[in-house]
Parts: sequence; C-alpha cells; structure tokens
Amino acid sequence: MTTQSKKFVLLLEGVNKSFDGFKAISDLNFYMDEGELRTIIGPNGAGKSTMMDIITGRTRPDTGKVEFGKDTDLTTMNVPEINRLGIGRKFQTPSVYIHHTVFENLLLSLKGPRGVFVTLFARTTSEERDRIEAVLKTVGLTARAEDLAGSLSHGQKQWLEIGMLLAQDPKLLLVDEPAAGMTDEETHKTGELLLSLEGKHSIIVIEHDMTFVRQIARKVTVLHQGHVLCEGTVDEVQNDERVKEVYLGRKKKH
Amino acid sequence: MRRKSSNVEIWVVLAVALFVIIVLPCLNAFTADTSGLHVSNFTITIYGKYLCYAMLAISVDLLWGYTGLLSLGQALFFALGGYMMGMYLMRMIGDLGQYHQPIPDFLVFLGWSTLPTFWKPFASFPFAMLMAVLLPGTLAGIFGYLAFRSRIRGVYFSILTQALTYAACLLFFRNSLLLGGNNGFTDFKFVLGHDIREPGTQRDLFIASGIALLLVYLFCKWLTTTKLGKVQRAIRDSENRVMFSGYSTANFKLFIFVLASIIASLAGVLYVPQVGIINPSEMSTDKSLEAVVWVAVGGRGTLVGPIIGAFAVNAMKSWATRAYPDLWLIFLGTMFILVTVFMPKGIVGLPAQLRGVYKKFTVKKIKAEPAVADAGDAIEPAKSK
Repeated sequence: MTTQSKKFVLLLEGVNKSFDGFKAISDLNFYMDEGELRTIIGPNGAGKSTMMDIITGRTRPDTGKVEFGKDTDLTTMNVPEINRLGIGRKFQTPSVYIHHTVFENLLLSLKGPRGVFVTLFARTTSEERDRIEAVLKTVGLTARAEDLAGSLSHGQKQWLEIGMLLAQDPKLLLVDEPAAGMTDEETHKTGELLLSLEGKHSIIVIEHDMTFVRQIARKVTVLHQGHVLCEGTVDEVQNDERVKEVYLGRKKKH
Repeated sequence: MRRKSSNVEIWVVLAVALFVIIVLPCLNAFTADTSGLHVSNFTITIYGKYLCYAMLAISVDLLWGYTGLLSLGQALFFALGGYMMGMYLMRMIGDLGQYHQPIPDFLVFLGWSTLPTFWKPFASFPFAMLMAVLLPGTLAGIFGYLAFRSRIRGVYFSILTQALTYAACLLFFRNSLLLGGNNGFTDFKFVLGHDIREPGTQRDLFIASGIALLLVYLFCKWLTTTKLGKVQRAIRDSENRVMFSGYSTANFKLFIFVLASIIASLAGVLYVPQVGIINPSEMSTDKSLEAVVWVAVGGRGTLVGPIIGAFAVNAMKSWATRAYPDLWLIFLGTMFILVTVFMPKGIVGLPAQLRGVYKKFTVKKIKAEPAVADAGDAIEPAKSK
C-alpha cells in the first residue's frame, strides 16, 4: 500500500523531468481512481505528452514516484513491459498497421503471450475470434473486418486504434486527442464510445476540443508548465481565474 | 482474394521448381550436345550460381521488405558460409596441391608445416556445415542484440551493417588470419568424395541449390502466414504501435536477423563449390548493395520478387559485363534509381501498376475527378520507412 489509504489506479508524486534544461514536468502530482474517466487539458507545451511518455515508459522521470495499481513502480520498466501490465496508449496520429486487415490489427493486439517463439506457432482460437468480433462491434467496424486498415478513413483508423487498445483489455487507457481531425459527427461518436467504456476501464483522455471535453468530461485536470494547475468539473475549471489567464494570457489585476 | 492469389503463386513456384530441379538437369545429362534441347554444363553452372543469389536476395528481403531493416551486411554472412564450405573443400584437396603437402598451399607458402588447430575439424563435412550455421548465426546474434537493444534503426542500421561487412572484409584480407588472405581459397578438387570439376557433380550441386531455394521459399512463405510474420510486417509499418502493444520488438528483429544471416550463409555454402573460389572480395560492400538492387528490381515485400530480381539482374550482368565491361556499375546504379522512382514495387508489382496507369488514362477521359484518386492508390509508391 502507498502512503495514501485510498487505492489509486495511477499515482504520480513529485515527478520532475527536464530536457536540456527545459523543465517539461515540474513537481507533478496526479492521482486517479479505479474506473475513472479523466480528461486532461492544457495549452501546448504544458507537458501532457511528456506525462504520457513517463507513464508508458518511453521517458524516465528525473525524480519522483510513478505507481500503477497497488504499488507497481513504473519508472524502472520499459515500454512493452508496462503495456503488458495493462496500460494501453493511443497516439494522437492514428497508428495502425496499414498493410494488415482490420481483423489482423486486432488479432495482433489481443491480450496474450508476446514471446517470439509463442507467436511463431500461435493459432487463432475461436475465443480469440469472439473477442475480436466483440471489439469490432464496440468500435463499429464489423463490416470492414477483412479490409486493409490502410483503406479506412481517418476517423475509422482512430476507432480501430481504440479497438486495438480494447483488445488488450487494459486496466488503464491513455487516449491522446482522439477527436483530432474528425468531423463533428465522428467526434460525437468517439465521445459516446469513450463514455461506454467508463467504469470498465480507467481512462485518461487528452483533448483540446472543448465541445468534446464537455461531452465526455467528468473530472478535468488542467496542466500548465508541467504541473497541475487545477482540477474539477468542466464548469469549475472554465471559471477558474488561473485557467483563464493561462489560456487567454490575461494579466492578473491588482 | 489476396489469399487466392498467394495460392496461385505457390503452384507456379512449384511448377517452375520442378522444371528447374528435374527437367533442366535431365536435359543436361541425357541429351546429346548437338540436340536443340541440350542444356550445356556452362548453363547449369551459371544458373546454379543464380539460384544461390536468389537465396541471398530472399534473406535481404526478409529483413528489408518484410521487417523494414535494410541490412547491407548480407554479403558478409553469404561469404562466411562460403568460407566455411571453402575450408572443408581445402581440406579435401589433401596433398594434391602445388606443394604436395598435406596442408593447404597458402599455409605452406606462409611457412607452416603442420595444420593450425582450428583448421583440423574442417575435414568433417558435418562440422563445416554446423559452423556455417553457428558462425554467421552467432555473429548476427551478437551484432543484432547490441544494435536492436540500442534502438538503432533506419539508415543508421544500414550504415552499421555496412561498416561491419567492411571491417570483416579488411580482416579477411590479412594473411595472419590464416584464411588465405586476399587470394582466399581456390583449386578445389573434391566435394563429398566426388570430383568437383565433373559435370555430374556440378549438376548435383545445381539440383541441391534448386531444392535449397525451394525449401527456403516455402519456409519463408509459411513464416509470413504465422503470427510472427504478421508482427514482423507490423514492425515495418508501425514499430511504435507494436512496442506499445506489449511486444519487445528488439527480440523479433533479432530473430529475423539471425534467421536471414543463416539463409545467406547457406546460399554461400552452395555457391562456393559451383564457382570454385571464395575470397574477401565476396564480402565487399558492393556485393551487399547488388543484392539490394536484385530485391528492389524484383519487388520487395514479396518472396518471388527477390528470385526474379536475382535472375533478371544477373542475366543482365552476364550480358553487360561481356558487351560493355566498363559500364556495368553505371547500368546497375541507373537501374536502381529508375526502379526506385518509377517501379517502387518492382517487376512483380508491374502488372498492378500498369493496370493503375491504364485506369488513369481510360477513366480520366470520361470522368476526371475520381479516376485520379483511384489510379493514385494503385501506384502509390511504397515509402521506405
């Protein structure tokens, strides 16, 4: 157990990270409950992506504590290891395997052994097929299962990638700007998809689009200059003076 | 639909293989020299060489076309296999060399009177074969482990493999390595008890090369259908996604790299008794580059492509080096540039590409807008990533 009596799915405490003297993350404290859907907003350079990189093992923090679940220390693990713990990440630009079919994309993402020789002799079981069918249904791509992922539209690729995360059955999903480049209708559908996952998985969504944030947000965390500026509901956050200042560049009145 | 065309491919390959492995050797052995159907000993040796090149090309493609790793070190592994076979063949000369000593001539020339210890076990063919698998496999394993663990990718990987090849080339040039220096090994007499210069022996080596190529093809074909094969192509298309899906991509790349090095080495093993010589120039960087051109010309990311490319480019080379000996490298370079720019999918991709162009022209006249998008898809160049 951590020092807190409450059980968090993710905990970052006193995290610092600098790149060539630039402090990307400074004294960041972030706590997230199991099953929570959390939205993170913040201006460019606020450290959102660096924070994701630290959680997923792409970069190591200079100092600080990063813990997953009860007390799994993430700072000593690499990317695939952290993923196998049950932390899935979706990138801002869709990254799917364009020369594989939609079905194969999900097959490669399914939870299961990841060793070289295991995959050499792996066969697709009927349970796996069922799992894939279920994920296809969730992300609305059943009709496209046998098409190459490269032939999907931008929005469909984003959904496929979310599906690929779901196929891994992660405990924690990190979703980076899922609505970027989507039409309003697609954005809305994405929001509904994320809301339907609430409770089953813990989800962090990074987003810029405030309409979208309004649609999905429960608790919003505002990042600024590498640390948490404030947390609360959308309304609380939007009416916060410090947030307005950060976003609108308004000077403080004396 | 894709699965069906891949089945057709296997049947065509099997038919061609049957022709190469059975019909050609029979035409060589059982028809008279004067017969129009006769296949000459010269042709058998030349094509036997091409079969080995085709295997080398597949090893390049397994890395480049399927995993996105452009290795310029495949000639090194090819030559290492060749050297292992060469050591066995040198031991088989016995005391029939120029100096009539029980050790290879070049060792006599260097002042040796007894055989250096590491040469001794090479009188055994199984030992030489074991080494032809272990040595390149181990070297690829160590190099790959260090390179992939340090996340060396793209052009840096290519440069490093090229540097490794060049370093090995310089090493093998040294007489003190006791592997024949710049002359390498030649004047072979016997292989597995048969006179190596006999047409019958050459024919058997040709058949062995044909069977080896077929087995390598079928193995790689199977490999691409496995989940590992899918992971392999996924690494090529989006390595980040694969890593963030829990796969340790370094291990997968290492496995493929070792496998490809062994395939290249086996090609070298079969190559040396057919050409009768192995020396360090086989592991020069331009040999690796040539293999890359074969794959590019034939069509990378396919398994028939490298085979077609190896035959086509080498047939052209045989002709060009006789007709315009000085211009061959210019030909080769030009071909590479033209293929990369205008035929990104090589000879294998040409039919689909021509269909795309045809569509573009015919549909454009009727309806300008959608035709461009359609044809554009079909001939979209495969970007190297």
